[in-house]
Amino acid sequence: MANSVETLSTATFDETVSSADVPILVDFWAEWCGPCKAIAPILEEIADERGEKLRIAKLNVDENPDIAMRFDVMSIPTLILFKEGTAEARLVGAKGKGQLLSELDPHL
Amino acid sequence: MDRSLEDTLSDEIRKLIIIGSGPAGLTAAIYAARASLAPLVLEGEPSSTTDQPGGALMTTTEVENFPGFPDGIMGPDLMANFRQQAERFGAELRMEKVSRVDLSSRPFQLWVGDPDANEPTYRAEAVVISTGARPVMLGLDREQELVGHGVSTCATCDGFFFRDHDIAVVGGGDSAVEEAIFLTKFARSVTIVHRRDELRASKIMRERAFANEKIRFEWNAVVDSIEGETAVTGVTLRDVGTGEVRPLAVTGLFVAIGHQPNTDVFKGQVAMDDGGYVVTTPGGTRTDVEGVFACGDVQDHTYRQAITAAGSGCMAAIDAERWLENPH
Repeated sequence: MANSVETLSTATFDETVSSADVPILVDFWAEWCGPCKAIAPILEEIADERGEKLRIAKLNVDENPDIAMRFDVMSIPTLILFKEGTAEARLVGAKGKGQLLSELDPHL
Repeated sequence: MDRSLEDTLSDEIRKLIIIGSGPAGLTAAIYAARASLAPLVLEGEPSSTTDQPGGALMTTTEVENFPGFPDGIMGPDLMANFRQQAERFGAELRMEKVSRVDLSSRPFQLWVGDPDANEPTYRAEAVVISTGARPVMLGLDREQELVGHGVSTCATCDGFFFRDHDIAVVGGGDSAVEEAIFLTKFARSVTIVHRRDELRASKIMRERAFANEKIRFEWNAVVDSIEGETAVTGVTLRDVGTGEVRPLAVTGLFVAIGHQPNTDVFKGQVAMDDGGYVVTTPGGTRTDVEGVFACGDVQDHTYRQAITAAGSGCMAAIDAERWLENPH
């Protein structure tokens, strides 16, 4: 069964990110952001392919502005990779799948 | 890039490949599909600039001047309609970016992914170039590293984060003024920084800008440098007449000073003008290479409207269809 992209909120963010036993990539996005929608299917694909090795979650900045503010997100999509609760890498802007993976893989 | 092995190794020569998927490319796709050319559209890849599937309208909010939509339509919705219409007639769309082309012999060869691969990914009898243009950045030190920290390439994506901030938009054309007006929904003030003493934007946009209480102007000024360690804290303006510099305290910077065509991949293969725009025959879409046509912003630095791009896309499909019937 395919691994799917999880949905985080202010209520679940800290607990999920700090207790994750594999790296977790959080996609800060919003409904009004075209480039965010464009990369959503790519993140689904990566979640499928990486299976248990990488968790992928999305956080709606419109509904959860406090989390976005805490991580100084000022542009979306922003992808932040958390390892053991710490922000390890940050990718700003929509990119193709190959480019995303080449920027992400050195941190995995 | 999930293509089956069989597909990748296929010797199939396609009738027509359209590179780019804005209003020009997708209109060409609609016409070519209806002419039974089974066009393949290489749409490009996601990005936070206009160089993305769907093109420049994907980062636009409301489009008020596209005929047929008296109440206006959101840019991404309009492009979803274009796409749906192209697919309805059998156009095949793939979210892939062309990395290399060889237009020196026919069939034409196109690569996606690794440009150094021996075998091209696709072959085609005719090609339509409709890769559009992307906004020019200022080219200042630190501009790239501050993207996402106050410098933005997508006002519609990022305006939300500048609620009650003082921000600046650089430029004086329609794109700059539209962005400035959009950003007043969030920002406390928007300063338009323009190197001339009047706006180049259309009359309706100028009037809206002058009537907007949140919009201020810095005339005859250019941005000399961007200040801030981890995020933008201000910019330094230079007066183009006197050379005098002055600070402007802003936490956001949006740049709309012009466009450059997305033609890097075609350099040396088709004739271009000094600005890098593909040269087409006056009143038509032929390039200097038989069987290669160009439409939309990639060959138009004069009009650059969705409707003119769509119109030239239609012309490119008709030109390609006629040429394919009688290639020479």
